[in-house]
This record gives sequence, structure tokens and C-alpha cells, in this order.
Amino acid sequence: MKSATHQRKLWMAGTGLFLCFFLVIHLLGNIQLLLPGEEAKQQFNWYSHLLAGNIIIEVIAYVLYASIIGHVVYALVVTRKNKLASGKKYKYDRRSSASTWQSRNMGLLGTIIFAFLVIHFKDFWYQYKFTTLPLDEKGNKDLYTVVVAAYKEWWYVVMYEVAMIALGFHLLHGFFSAGRTLGVYHPKYIRWVKVAGWAYTGIITIGFMLIPVYVHFTKA
Amino acid sequence: MNAKIPEGKLSEKWSNYKSHAKLVNPANRKKLDIIVVGTGLAGASCAASLAEQGYNVKSFCFQDTPRRAHSVAAQGGVNACKNYKNDGDSVYRMFYDTIKGGDFRSREANVYRLAECSANLIDQAVAQGVPFAREYGGYLNNRSFGGVQVSRTFYARGQTGQQLLLGSYQALMRQVAAGRIQLFSRHEMLELVVIDGKARGIISRDLETGEIERHSAHAVVLATGGYGKIYYLSTLAMGCNGSAIWRAHKKGAYMAGVSWIQVHPTSLPQHGEHQSKLTLMSESLRNDGRIWVPKKQNDTRHPNDIPEEERDYYLERRYPSFGNLAPRDISSRAAKERIDAGHGVGEMKNAVCLDFSKAIREQGKDKIEEKYGNLFRMYEKITGINAYTEPMLISPSAHFTMGGLWVDYELMTTIPGLFALGEANFGDHGANRLGANSLLQACVDGYFIAPYTIPNYLAGELKTGKIDVKDPAFDFAERKVRRQLGDLMHIQGHLSADYFHKTLGKLLYDKCGLSRSKEGLEEAIKEIKMLRERFYKELRIPGDGKVNSELEKAGRVADYLELGELMCYDALTRNESCGAHFREEYQTPDGEALRDDQNFCFVSAWEYKGKDAEEELHKEPLEFTEVELAVRSYK
Amino acid sequence: MKLYLKIWRQEDRTSYGKLADYTLDNVSEHMSFLEMLDMLNEALVEKGERVVEFDHDCREGICGQCGVMINGRAHGPLSNTTTCQLHMRSFKDGDTIYIEPFRATAFPIIRDLKIDRTSFDRIIAAGGFISASTGQAPEANSIPINHETAEAAFDSAACIGCGACVATCKNSSAALFTSAKVAHLALLPQGKEEARTRVKSMMNQMDSEGFGHCTNTEACEVECPQEISVLNIARMNYEYNKSRILEK
Repeated sequence: MKSATHQRKLWMAGTGLFLCFFLVIHLLGNIQLLLPGEEAKQQFNWYSHLLAGNIIIEVIAYVLYASIIGHVVYALVVTRKNKLASGKKYKYDRRSSASTWQSRNMGLLGTIIFAFLVIHFKDFWYQYKFTTLPLDEKGNKDLYTVVVAAYKEWWYVVMYEVAMIALGFHLLHGFFSAGRTLGVYHPKYIRWVKVAGWAYTGIITIGFMLIPVYVHFTKA
Repeated sequence: MNAKIPEGKLSEKWSNYKSHAKLVNPANRKKLDIIVVGTGLAGASCAASLAEQGYNVKSFCFQDTPRRAHSVAAQGGVNACKNYKNDGDSVYRMFYDTIKGGDFRSREANVYRLAECSANLIDQAVAQGVPFAREYGGYLNNRSFGGVQVSRTFYARGQTGQQLLLGSYQALMRQVAAGRIQLFSRHEMLELVVIDGKARGIISRDLETGEIERHSAHAVVLATGGYGKIYYLSTLAMGCNGSAIWRAHKKGAYMAGVSWIQVHPTSLPQHGEHQSKLTLMSESLRNDGRIWVPKKQNDTRHPNDIPEEERDYYLERRYPSFGNLAPRDISSRAAKERIDAGHGVGEMKNAVCLDFSKAIREQGKDKIEEKYGNLFRMYEKITGINAYTEPMLISPSAHFTMGGLWVDYELMTTIPGLFALGEANFGDHGANRLGANSLLQACVDGYFIAPYTIPNYLAGELKTGKIDVKDPAFDFAERKVRRQLGDLMHIQGHLSADYFHKTLGKLLYDKCGLSRSKEGLEEAIKEIKMLRERFYKELRIPGDGKVNSELEKAGRVADYLELGELMCYDALTRNESCGAHFREEYQTPDGEALRDDQNFCFVSAWEYKGKDAEEELHKEPLEFTEVELAVRSYK
Repeated sequence: MKLYLKIWRQEDRTSYGKLADYTLDNVSEHMSFLEMLDMLNEALVEKGERVVEFDHDCREGICGQCGVMINGRAHGPLSNTTTCQLHMRSFKDGDTIYIEPFRATAFPIIRDLKIDRTSFDRIIAAGGFISASTGQAPEANSIPINHETAEAAFDSAACIGCGACVATCKNSSAALFTSAKVAHLALLPQGKEEARTRVKSMMNQMDSEGFGHCTNTEACEVECPQEISVLNIARMNYEYNKSRILEK
């Protein structure tokens, strides 16, 4: 006997938290772009190579693809079912005053993030995996130059920033919501989850937002 | 009228009864049907208990779900003589307090049984998950209530009734899931069906579709609560009504103690014409709140501006040993006396102060908030006033009907097979009910008494077989119901049912309320008759026969207009003052009630004699073997 | 004060409804919201029009029968307040007030503002009880329950079943209602025995009634007249997850 709604939420929480974990690894890599000059290039390309050549990372990558797809598919199912549950709309609706904006707009935020992901994958992941990139001095694929070239465009940076703000709001609600779904109920631990959620969201969002701007103004 | 009180010593009567009551074989129980009308504490607990035993139960309520029954609103607590506080409580003490609180107008055997079963009820409720207040050691906590000198009231903050009701509602729903109870919510019982002198079913109306339905059973249980809403402004829910018991009365069940209606001393005062309800503030507030009025008449100062020496703590003054915890009838009357003498406070000068400043000073605001937080919040929601900083304004309001269908020791009415439980019966409370005894009585009737007495009756019904709803008695009853509904719809006057209800309520407050007089009651009877005539000429019910709250109300008001008249007769024929019944002609020089045990130590039971005929009074003498009839003094 | 009312009128479950306009004069600020509706109905009766049907009973905030959307919010502009406890002092002269029934697929409209909330009953019937039959209970003090646990259980048990949580939820989820009962019973030693099966069958029933997913917007807690905490939902999830992990 399973509760279908809760089962779906568990999938959302599980995939979401895995994506959260992945964002940390991703940010760790990107932070290397903040290093001065040549060092950034070598470090970044070396790290990219490290990830690409590792069997564990390979496995994690497949989990990552599955998580993204799972998260999106379950989100669509959940949204559809919720629409059915809600039935007829209110003629005059001010329910929004009782909850936070991001908690009501996870679908919208998720859509922005997904659209961004498509572009992001095409520009970097696809290029790295399926095209021949020039090698740097150490013989690693030179992803660094691709990244810097992309961030040269101001509109590209703006797109990034918008997506990262969406991600921030998405994480702000998503992280804590996942904790709920997993059943963290004790007020003490709830506080921890809240604080951790804020800290995590802050670091991830500011980190990812900082990098393109920094690269745009200092390296490009 | 035979009360069927078992033989033996008072303390052994109930166990004697239980040992000798007839039983029904488990295999035979599913052949027997029982209808339970009402899903409050008495109804839900009775339905659940009988279903657990294996009977087929049909449960009816007019609300959208059983959990809304008005037991839900009881705030303060439930009494039980557990003596956890080691302050001298015992079954006998509780029995005595209740008999005395009821001004010696209840049956000894019934009251003793109530006290006896009380301890077990707490066990039952705890097993069901009722979150009673606990001490830090994990054991159950108690508080004291009006009219007693021990701490025997168990409570769940200010929502004890809700918690107890949810316990019995959950037990009910468990049986619904098990298929042993069929639930009919949004159904109103409109007629009792009697075949060969026995209660055999009901006619009900589906309040959504308007369909008139027939339901048959081997026994019918009415647990439909009290009729205090007859006063319109009362502490009761808007839907509370006396229709089920009144219609049973017209089919032959006697009504007893009809005019014994408790006026609660601590409700919120009336503030305007359109008010629909007087919200009750739990009596438990009187544990820490002190009641006073200004010494000066027509004092218009804000209560906080009236200095201590100009305040009259009239309950403490008049009843030093019970003070603010004097029983309800006495507190209400004392308040009315002060208000009538021109000492009332508030906009309409119809209230007295309930002051917590001393308690807050002594115990701290936190402690008071823990005990009564929800009541203070409720007060603020309704009045917009923060009672932590200024006194609450309270006034008396119609609350509980001690009267109801006359029942014997087995809770059976004068119609065989028709049982009445909880507030619907003339119960164990005599002429006045003690605080926190109402939840108790409802639960004890439903959980512990009816599960013995109803099978005892049903044991004789095994050979009856299924009761056919095609019986001519059902035809007759259904026709009557349809005719009545049709008649009401066709009046096509210009006034709403509420108009008549409000008019009747005001009339009863004035003439058959806290104090009554011969002249007043005689006038009231005439006026009610006139009002009834107007009702059948000037009522208007727009809408159709489906969902129609005006039609529902009209039916109830029609019954109130008859019941109100009987109330006045009942009060008029009782030439004494006892409990909630205070006749101005019968009082001591200092204004206390003057009982007449010589001539009125009986229960008045009324028999319906037909439309416009005077009802016949039957007297059930009350015999007291264990207690001595004493003047009820709380001084 | 004078008010302009826009009230949802619908004949029965299947028919279409629409907002109807009414003007009401001389409304006093001391009146409760439901008394204002009484006043409107009184006027409708005198004109011979069918009255506005709405659910209500105790009018002191505890029975849970009343409940409408007022200006787009469950139980009106105040948080944690039932419709019956809302007073006209929360409005001002000349206001337009939209009054609609609570809406959710699991709460069909019966007529006007009356809705069918029996889905809540069925959730309770699925397991929201302790299987203790009458008459066999042990001495109440034989199992001590510490003060905090009893208070916490009370906080959860205080739910009045009004349905505002569902009405205000953008997903029409009944998580707060269901979890309050799950948590109340799971907290008490008497209820622990059945905790595992209870949470599963109640959540299952919640799903089959057609309520939506809880996405933790926490709007329910804001509107709940009894201030039932959303932490109950966390507790329910915990109980459910635990029961799934421990199941054979």
C-alpha cells in the first residue's frame, strides 16, 4: 500500500537533493575560474579532465541525467495532478498572501532553469563531449577558452544571472521542502535544515552568479 | 410510569442491574437494527459501542459530518471522582454534590450510577487518545469547577468537549469503516414511527436532495441534545433543536422537567439586534477570575478606572465559602439581580466584569495564558478587547436543558424501544446541572449505560424479524411529514422563521427565564399561542424543497412554538423555587430560592393529549434514602 | 456601513454557478460575518427570493462547519480565524466583498456556499482512530504521558476539520488535515501500536479522494483557525517513510 502523492514527492525530493549535491561539485570546479590568469586555465581544464576520465564520476553523471529527467517528469505529473485536484478556479483569488512567492512558483522557476540547462548543455557539455576541442599546454581539453569566450557576450552573462536567480529561489524552497518530505519534523532539526538551506542557497547562488560577471569583466 | 430502579443498596444497584440484564447472543446481534439519532457524545458513543457489540446501527445527524455535533463546543472539562488529588473525593461525594447541585430534584439511583461510571470514562477517553492535561510527572491533571469543593474536573485546555467528541467520532468512524454503522449525515429526523406501541423507526429528510426516507429498526435512540436554542440567543449552535424529542413526545413519550433550563453565568453579552448567538466563556475562568460590578449605579467609567474599593465582588460577598465558584444558577441569578439593580456594565448595561488582574499579578501572565489562552484569544476575536489588560464583560445566557424526554433507569422513554440519551433526556442533573457534568452524562449514557440497557430490551425482540418500512404506520408517518412540509411552504406570508424564533426567545427570556412569576407565565402562554397563530399565517419560506435552510428552520421553530408553551405550563405548575427554576413568589427574605419539599418533591412528566388539548401532568415522586433533603446553601 | 456583495450562487452539484450582486445597508461593525449573511437572507425572505445557502452551526469557532472564501482568502482577511469569528469591523463602508465556496475537486459544491466535505470523514475512517473498544480501558494513569507530549498531541488534535487548509492550498492538498490526526495519534503511547498501518491507509485514502500533493507552501498553517502547525506534515512524512522502511 503506497501513497502515490507521497511517492512522487519522495522522488522529487530525492532527485532534487542529488542535483543539489551535484551543484556543489559543479561550483567547486567553477570557482577555479576565479584564479588569476593562466593558473585558472590550467586548473580548470585539469579539473574538467579529472571529472571526465573518472569511472565514479561517469556513474554519477548518469545518475545526474536520470535525476534531471526524473525531476522534470515528476514535476509535470505532480503539476497535472494538482490541477485536477484544484478543480474550478476562484473568481477572486488572494490566496497568494498566505505563502511565499517561490513556494507557489516552483514550476515557473523550474521551467526557467530547464531552459537554461538546455542552452548550458549545448554550449559546454556537448562541446566538451562530442566535439574536438584544442588542447592546452598540459594536454587537457581547453574548456577554459570556450567558457571565457561565451562570457564575453554581455547578453550571455545576463541570461546566466537570470537563470541563477531563478535557481536561487528554486533552491530556497526546494531544499527545505525536500527536508519536509523526508520527514524532518523535530523543531530543532528543522531549524538546522532552514539555516543549512539558506546558507547553501546563498553560497551556490552567489557563487554561480559571481563567476560569469568576474570572467566577463576581468578575463574577456 | 415506572422508573424501574433496581433493588438493593444504592451503591449496588447498577452492578445488580448489569449482572441480571438480559443479553443477546453474538450470532443474533446482526439480526437487530438500531437507529441512533444525533452524533454528539451520547449518540456517537452509543452508536459505536453498540456497533462494536455487533448490532446493525444507522446513525443520523443534520450536520455535514458527525464531528460537528454541539458537544464539540463544551470547553471546561469533564468530572470524574478519581481522587487523584487526594482531596477527599469519592463516588459518594460526587453523587452528593450532584444531587445537591441539582437541588434534590433528580433520582438518587441515576445520579449514583453517573458518579460510579465517571472514573471509567476517563480511562476510556485516555485509551482513545484524548489528550487531557497532564502534570509534569506525566499523570493526569485536574481543576475545580463550580459547586464543588474538590478538584475532579479533567480537561483538555479549553476544548475538552471537542477532544472527547473526536474520541467518540473516531470510534464511530471506525465502525463505519468496518461496515457496522451506516452513516446518514445531512439528514434530519422528522417523525418517529410507532407500531403496536413500540418505537420501530423514523422518517427522515435528506437535507441535500429533500428526499423523505423511511428507516426501520428494533430500537430507536434519540441523542439529539437539548433545546436551549428555544431562547434564540443562547450558547447553543444555530442548528440545535428540540424537534426530534418534541415529535417523539407527540407520539407518546413524556417530557419531564421541561422548564428546567440552565442559564450560564459566563457568556458574552448581547450587543445588538442582529446577534445570533451568545458565545460561552468556559466556567473554568471562574477559577481565577473574580466577578464584580461597580458599587455605584449606572457607573459609566471604564472598568479599569474604577478603584478597588468601589468594586462590589458580589459573589464573594454573598457566598463567602464558594465565592466565584458558586453554582451556575446562583451565579446567574446574582448577576441578573445586580444588572437589574442598575449596576450592569458595558454598552447595553447588561454585563458584569470578570477580572483576571489579581490572578495575573499572583501567578503571572504566562500561567494564565497556559490555562486559558484559547479563551482569551476567542474573547479578543469576538470583542476586539485584550482581556489580559482589562476585565472581560460577561452576562448570563441560556445554556443547558436539564429537562427532556422522561426516561426510566434504563434510559427508555414511555414508548417501549425508544431511548433518550444525554441532554435529550431529563437526566441526572435535577433542577440544575453542575459544570463539567454534561460531558460526563452524555458519555456515560452512551458508553456505559445504553450498551447494557438497549440489549436488555432487544433480547425480547429477537422473534420480531426485520421490520418492514411498508407497514401502514410508516405510510401514515410519511404522509404527516409531507403534509407538514407542504403546509409550511404554502403559507406565503412575509416573515422569516428567524423572526418568530427571535420573538419567542425574547418572550421566554422575559417571562420564563432566570426568574418566573405566575402572571408572567400566564401572559407568556397567551402570547405564545398568538405568536403561533401568526406563524401559520405570516411565515414565508422562499426556495424549493431541496437544500433549503429556511424550511429546516421553520420546522424547528414550529416545534419550539409548541414546546415553549409546555415550558411555561411546567414552570407555572411548580409552585416552588428549585435550581434553575426561580419563582419570584417563592424566595427567602434575602432572595434565595425557596424549595417546597412537602409538595414538590417530584418530577413533572407531561403527556401529550393532542393538538390544542392541555397536556396531562404525571408525577414521579422522588424518594431519598441516602441523602437528607437540605437547604442548598453555598454561603 | 454599506456593502456590495458578490456571492456565488449555484443550484446543485452539477449545474453551473455564477457570482450574483447584492447590496446591503446598515451593517453594524459589531456583527459577525455570518450575522451579516443572516441579515441578507432575512431581506431575501421578505422579498420572496431563495436565500443564500451557507454552512454554519456553532458560531464560536469550534465546530468547523462554516467556511467560505472571502475576498479570495479562506475564512476571510484575518489569519487563523473561522468565518464565524470574523467580524464586520474588519471591513469598511463601501467595500465590495467576494464570497465563494471553498473549492476543490474533493469538496463538491452542494448549493451556493455549501460544500460536501465527507472526504475528510473517509480519511478518518481509513485509520484516524485508536482501536480501543468500549469498556476495556486500563486505569488512565497507568501509562504516564509527559506534559510536553500531551500538549503537543493536543496541538495536533485541535483540528476542527473545516477544510480551510484545502481551500487555501494551490494544490488542494489535505496534508495538514490528515497529518494533524496522524501526528496526534502517533505522539501518544496508546496510538503508537497502530501508527504504521494508520499513516499508510490514511494517506492512501487522502490520495483516492482526489486531493493534491503537498508542496510545502505553508499557506494552510496561515489560514488554519486552530493554528495547526505544518510540522505535523513533516511528522506524517516521517511516519510514512518509517513505516515503508520497516515494512516487511
